[in-house]
Amino acid sequence: MTAALCNLSNMTVRYGGRTALSDVSLNLMAGERLAIVGESGSGKSTFVRALAGLLPRGAICDGQVHWASDQAPRLGRDIGFVFQDASASLNPLLRIGEQVAEGAKRHLGLTWQAAYDHAQALLEQVRIANAPAVMRAYPHQLSGGQRQRVAIAAAIASRPSILIADEATSALDTVVQADIVKLLDELVSKNAMTLLFVTHDIALASNLADRIAVFKHGHLVEIGPVADVLSKPRSSDTQDLIAGHFDLTSPPLIAEVATS
Amino acid sequence: MTLLSVENLRKHYSSGDRDVAAVDGVSFSLSAGETLGIAGASGSGKSTLARLILRLAEPEAGTIHFEGQNWLALQGAKLRGNRARMQMVFQDIHGAFHPTATVGSVLDDPLRIHRIATKKDRPGEIARLLDRVGLAAADAHRPVHQLSGGQRQRVAIARAISTRPSLIVLDEAVSALDVQVRNRILKLLVELQREQGISYLFISHDLAVLRAVSHRLAIMDTGRIVEYGRTTDMIDSPQSAAGHALVSAVPRLTLAGRPKNTV
Ligand SMILES: Nc1ncnc2c1ncn2[C@@H]1O[C@H](COP(=O)(O)OP(=O)(O)OP(=O)(O)O)[C@@H](O)[C@H]1O
Ligand SMILES: Nc1ncnc2c1ncn2[C@@H]1O[C@H](COP(=O)(O)OP(=O)(O)OP(=O)(O)O)[C@@H](O)[C@H]1O
Ligand SMILES: [Mg+2]
Ligand SMILES: [Mg+2]
Repeated sequence: MTAALCNLSNMTVRYGGRTALSDVSLNLMAGERLAIVGESGSGKSTFVRALAGLLPRGAICDGQVHWASDQAPRLGRDIGFVFQDASASLNPLLRIGEQVAEGAKRHLGLTWQAAYDHAQALLEQVRIANAPAVMRAYPHQLSGGQRQRVAIAAAIASRPSILIADEATSALDTVVQADIVKLLDELVSKNAMTLLFVTHDIALASNLADRIAVFKHGHLVEIGPVADVLSKPRSSDTQDLIAGHFDLTSPPLIAEVATS
Repeated sequence: MTLLSVENLRKHYSSGDRDVAAVDGVSFSLSAGETLGIAGASGSGKSTLARLILRLAEPEAGTIHFEGQNWLALQGAKLRGNRARMQMVFQDIHGAFHPTATVGSVLDDPLRIHRIATKKDRPGEIARLLDRVGLAAADAHRPVHQLSGGQRQRVAIARAISTRPSLIVLDEAVSALDVQVRNRILKLLVELQREQGISYLFISHDLAVLRAVSHRLAIMDTGRIVEYGRTTDMIDSPQSAAGHALVSAVPRLTLAGRPKNTV
């Protein structure tokens, strides 16, 4: 985590008259794990979409994105993107195997057979049970968490150097989530991938990230190493996020039931 | 009073060489004003169970009684009329709304169809529903597709409570929400339960959330309920292997950050 991979300056995004991102500047470091947290509607998805060049039509974007490499990274090849809404990113008419293999075939120059083998190995890595059969299934035949994992497998299939994951594990059970986090972590430490991880789970961010960026009302209110941001939060918005977190020792919101 | 009772429900899917017993003999009951939490590994059958109860899929075997009626026997107009009593909030909001729908129209439909409010009273009722879920009355004019993920989820919750149901089935309904909004929604759900005696079937992978809101907890594994009991007891000392694995993998907030040089 030394060189800046990309510097963003004064990024502003408007949807119609509504400003969703205001004057955000930050440096993305090569090989870092950056968690992006913040309340709903604070601009997290807008920010990562702007960075990846994936803003919807009609969005107006100002500011500069300067990549350290000569050529801006290409989506799908250099940048893998897992959307907040995993189902929306899967093609309902394509079998799972094809969707995952496609990126590998196109960007890694593999034959279909090699790409399929690669896809199956990836499905196993994201803990899909009975991967050979799932390769032949369609998205609607899978559970929500299975689809989310397929979307992750598809995003990493072309071995991107940057992975942007928008709430990619928000609907996974804790065991699978821990496995996926470990997998992403290994991709960063072994393959020198850079990871941008949008999450509302500050506990997850604290386990996975090197740095945390906190958004509020479209502004970047705080960014820094995890330990600094969490143990000495400078912004009251960060404090609110920490205070709102509850765990297995928090008092329940309900009264005890009368046993029936 | 028992609101919902489910006996030996089964549903299996087969496609090509993949054969899955998605729900494999599930029984439980839920009282009025009670919340049953359901946790379990991804693919263990939680959403299938929810769909069977909501009559979005038909079981191969088993019975469901809801509000004293044989729920699986209801058809046509009778079923439609009763649907207002059992509402749902799913995580997969993609496709849950008509692409050009506005927030207001999403809430106006159930109020009109189920005759909850007169034409004159509906705008006021819509504003009240939006306020309850933490959105502004002015949001009624916005197209749903322009909302953030969490905002859309709140519209889905407002829609579910609009018909004053006796049961709401929530499937990962708060998973994509930030803590403030989530806590607010959870408090709202608990408040509605206290005021109106609503019951919830609350599916979530987040055990802290389940511990906060559910009286009882069921853990599913490969289509079956493998553990069932008082939520706090189960989370404090899970008895099944599946329950134990889920509890021990809960991410803990470490203010000092990740240990250096892991992996
Ligand atoms: N396509 C769009 N058209 C108009 N407004 C939009 C659009 N997408 C997002 N917005 C608005 O921009 C703001 C930021 O949205 P964004 O999706 O970036 O938030 P977020 O931080 O990802 O929230 P969440 O945690 O709920 O996913 C919100 O007020 C949202 O309503
Ligand atoms: N329409 C379908 N066709 C074929 N198989 C299906 C279908 N729907 C679900 N399944 C399979 O049934 C099993 C149970 O799925 P279900 O969606 O109920 O799981 P879940 O517990 O909700 O998982 P998650 O936590 O990932 O949402 C899975 O293995 C899934 O692939
Ligand atoms: Mg978002
Ligand atoms: Mg599910």
